[in-house]
Amino acid sequence: MNIIACVKQVPDTEAQIKVKADGSGIEEGQIKWVMNPYDEFGVEEALKLKEKNGGDVTIVSVGPARAMETIRTALAMGADKGVHICDPAFDNADAYVIANALAAVIKTLPHDIIFCGQRAIDDDAGQVGAMLAEALGLPQLTLVTKLEFAGASVKVIRPIEGAQLSIETALPCIVTAQKGLNEPRYASLPGIMKAKKKPVDVKNAAALGIPTDAKAKVAKTIPPPARPPGKIVCGDDPAQKAAELGRLLREEAKAI
Amino acid sequence: MAKGVMIVAEQRDGALRKISFELAATARKLADQSGDEVSAILLGAGVEGLAAELGKYGVDKVFVGDNAALEPYVTEAHAAVAAKIIKDNDPAIVLFGASVQGKDLSARVAAKLATGLATDCTDVKIDGGKLVCTRPMYAGKCFGEVVIDAMPQIASLRPNVFPAAENAKAGAVTKVDAAVEAQKSKILEVQKDTSGKVDLTEANVIVSGGRGMKGPEGYAILEELAEVLKGTVGASRAAVDAGWRPQKDQVGQTGKVVSPNLYIACGISGAIQHLAGMSSSKCIVAINKDAEAPIFTKADYGVVDDLFKVVPELTAVCKKLVA
Repeated sequence: MNIIACVKQVPDTEAQIKVKADGSGIEEGQIKWVMNPYDEFGVEEALKLKEKNGGDVTIVSVGPARAMETIRTALAMGADKGVHICDPAFDNADAYVIANALAAVIKTLPHDIIFCGQRAIDDDAGQVGAMLAEALGLPQLTLVTKLEFAGASVKVIRPIEGAQLSIETALPCIVTAQKGLNEPRYASLPGIMKAKKKPVDVKNAAALGIPTDAKAKVAKTIPPPARPPGKIVCGDDPAQKAAELGRLLREEAKAI
Repeated sequence: MAKGVMIVAEQRDGALRKISFELAATARKLADQSGDEVSAILLGAGVEGLAAELGKYGVDKVFVGDNAALEPYVTEAHAAVAAKIIKDNDPAIVLFGASVQGKDLSARVAAKLATGLATDCTDVKIDGGKLVCTRPMYAGKCFGEVVIDAMPQIASLRPNVFPAAENAKAGAVTKVDAAVEAQKSKILEVQKDTSGKVDLTEANVIVSGGRGMKGPEGYAILEELAEVLKGTVGASRAAVDAGWRPQKDQVGQTGKVVSPNLYIACGISGAIQHLAGMSSSKCIVAINKDAEAPIFTKADYGVVDDLFKVVPELTAVCKKLVA
């Protein structure tokens, strides 16, 4: 099986995000960078498929030089090789540009199934999987929490509001991974040693021959609206506090 | 020239979902600024009768694509029909719901039309003739103002944020060709959640529990409070990772980002990734023994006490208030 997993390097979930004074983006100085957690589920599922059915796993990532660490992490988990799309021309890329960059690489590789995270936890756009599917002309299965491989097709479970869908799709297809799909493994020490020698092909925008102008542009980054300071609800015992809270929610906040 | 605002309505099992009315009312507001028309795309099998309801919320014209192959929703089929309707009618703005279906569909349609998309917007306005979309990033740790340098300008709106105000217009039906190719994906089964609980992303009230619940049994008192307030129970990542609650209940940066009217956090310390996922709630209550817990920095009302004593009392108080 030829399996592709797309990954993105993002700030850790515990990171404090500070907006630059001129609104042009966020301060990157103190940030710890990690693999997007949803992409980890995709990499893990790719490795499980390979272990069961044979084949190899290729990691593809768009990102600055530091994104190589994330590709190496996926290789240390067990992936076989990587492609790093690295060019300052992608610094302000939107999902459309990223999806087309990934597609340009994936078109040149044999692929039976392609994994992406359901969204990246930095821009929270959740568009790349579907846009990549369109660029490659493949069916998309987004937000997948269970996957069964059945030769020429896959069966997946995909939760929607108030229901779960069971869907069968012919391969090749794109799957976007949701939490619940699996428990990603940690890279082992021998895995980390081996990863250093695994091949990673670095490509720039010119090599891909695709436009790099974003369609959706973040004109300004702003801090979240400040919340007015809250009240501590007073009372001598839990019953009094609950009564006072109920009154405040009813009369002041009009929330119940 | 591209003109007007189009929405992509969402229906399930022959009923429009609430987000469709939120889209219609928002589109009406945007279109009225330039005296333009609001149109809607409505896809499914036997859905023509729903057009009048969209009219009630401000839609002038409804493009109905009726085809058994569009029911239930399959991405590629809906995307093909929706993209064709958009191309043929050339709107300046297209709005989707940022629901599971709307997110899945909007990205595919935007790619088909080679345009940009702003996902999960909490505000949209027209500035200098262009759509400006405000949307949370990093689960709400900061916001971005997004503009789209292509036509149409596509945005998906976060459910529960935009008011669904009535504003009656014609809702006149135009039937469109909804033929689709044979699909590679097949829905084998739709397994409905029979609990009758509203999904966290659409809930008006969320009662959420964290590590302080001490175990899965602890959630019984939260279920009771949620029942009285017609709300849904949520959980922190710690509680989900401990296996106390299912994954779909998780609120936070790696779970669901929610914006209910009322969010009651019980025994949740307030890790930054949790705060990010709920800080756009309209009213936040925190109940926690630890007065130093970071959750109190986001709370409108804080109760420093044992949640196992406060919550049952609060349930009793609320029962009387809503009676």
